[in-house]
Amino acid sequence: MFIIGERINGMFKDIAQGIREEDPTAIHYWAKKQEEGGARYLDINTGPAAKDQVKVMQWLVEKTQEASDLPLALDSTNYDAIEAGLELCKRPAMINSVPAEWPKMERVFTMAAKHNSAVIGLAMNEQGIPKDADTRVALAMELVAAADSYGIPMEDLYIDPLVLPCNVGQDHGPEVMNTLRQVKMLADPSPRTVVGLSNISQGTKSRELINRTFATMGIANGLDAAVADACDRELIEAIATARVIMNLDIYCDSYVDVYIKQQK
Amino acid sequence: MAFNAVKEKYRSKVGEVTLGATKEQGGTRGYTITVGGEGALPFLHFEGEIPNRPVVALEVWDHAPADWNACFDSYFGDVYNDAAAWAKKCVEEYGADLIVLRLKGADPDINDASPEDCAKVVKDVLAAVECPLVVLGCGKEEKDNQVLPVVAEETSGENLLIGVAEQENYKSLTAACMVHKHNIIAQSPIDINICKQLNILITEMNLPDDRIVIDPTIAALGYGLEYGYSIMERARNGALQGDKMLGLPMIGNVGFEVWRTKEANASVEDFPAWGEQEPRGILWEATTATALLQAGMDIVVMRHPKAASLIKQNIEELMVANEV
Repeated sequence: MFIIGERINGMFKDIAQGIREEDPTAIHYWAKKQEEGGARYLDINTGPAAKDQVKVMQWLVEKTQEASDLPLALDSTNYDAIEAGLELCKRPAMINSVPAEWPKMERVFTMAAKHNSAVIGLAMNEQGIPKDADTRVALAMELVAAADSYGIPMEDLYIDPLVLPCNVGQDHGPEVMNTLRQVKMLADPSPRTVVGLSNISQGTKSRELINRTFATMGIANGLDAAVADACDRELIEAIATARVIMNLDIYCDSYVDVYIKQQK
Repeated sequence: MAFNAVKEKYRSKVGEVTLGATKEQGGTRGYTITVGGEGALPFLHFEGEIPNRPVVALEVWDHAPADWNACFDSYFGDVYNDAAAWAKKCVEEYGADLIVLRLKGADPDINDASPEDCAKVVKDVLAAVECPLVVLGCGKEEKDNQVLPVVAEETSGENLLIGVAEQENYKSLTAACMVHKHNIIAQSPIDINICKQLNILITEMNLPDDRIVIDPTIAALGYGLEYGYSIMERARNGALQGDKMLGLPMIGNVGFEVWRTKEANASVEDFPAWGEQEPRGILWEATTATALLQAGMDIVVMRHPKAASLIKQNIEELMVANEV
């Protein structure tokens, strides 16, 4: 599993302030810090406050790429903003995200094919987040079929089964694990899987403990990626360890350092 | 239904290591040899680039070997006491790509040759042949730690491949290779975890990874060949999937291991059912090497000229692109 660093997001005060004052200091700082921490992609989110989403997305993409060569995950529900951002990406990017809804899938998969970028597909539709694994898997299958019809390779489709906070949506936990396992059987080669990791611990105590425990369980069930805190050293250590236990990386005494270095 | 060839897409490839240095590069070699660089499993040209063919090295000792089978006398008997002439013969008559000079004479129980004497032999061999050189110690840690740094210093600029560094003993050789710009052999005891860790330890001393060759330690056919084989396969798969600490070329002492086996050495009188000794020994060595080429070996160190020639032919055939 690899990490899509979540920190360049207008929901955070320092990033919002940077956007307002057109000061890239905080963006540069977090781009570098997340890369050092072990991120493989950097998530870019303008935040809800930005008035001109397109312009802010373009600015964030440019400023992030000044500090890091990591590929970007463009995080927005405004597809014009994503498309404008994709034009500026130096490396194939990731689109975060599209639900299993027409015509959103049409719009997103068309631009993904054009820009050779990966896509996060959410296992939900107009009716919201499903309760059980079966419905999630059915929606994942719609995403798989749609992506395939636009020529998106399965390795570039990341299915997000949607994680809910474990204090209020506790019954979703096993359904998510179940979904992760079944998604891997939808196609050959199989689509990849991703979660918004920090959601699992919204509003709970000891968030880091819950995050890293979920991460290791996710890896055991086929989780490939997570939008998460790349600067949480204990999370990175847990991921590196789970990868060794699942025989995804070859063990050596310095396996944590090797995991971090390999993300670049 | 049209036939679609299944092609694996790999994230990464094996690093390249260049051995030897020409005059312009500060050495005295007639040419350099580059190994590694594979972007696919062994000889699967249709899946990725195999830019450099594996090379065949012949073994030369600085001391007349007392325990080699008598069948070697007719090839090397006249040069056993002259490493330079021996090396020349390997290159000119037997077509070796590389020479592996084993400083057996440094062994305190054999000649106990001084570091200076060893360096002189290396220089004599360098003067006799124009191919790049691999230099191995006598195998006794303490002595090799005295000998190899002197050899590295005296041959500075030649870009040798020097071995071996092991997990418990890599610092002085790594330092010598750094200062005098040589390459290093990182040897692990048929253990992929130690193999990976040792490469990390060496690179942490700031020797770049394009100057390290892995010796995963192999065994001869019938004596555990499959352990080395599967470790090399695993390392190569790791390399292609992006594990940089396993993405390094591999070397194996095939001749050394094979000619320790009973099957290579026993006479037909002792084992009539096995047939003639020499062709049996040649095939034992060639078969071991053939298998290891399929596991990803880049530098095959051999002993018998006829076995070496069979392997060169095998490599040539395998390097014909198999596009689909």
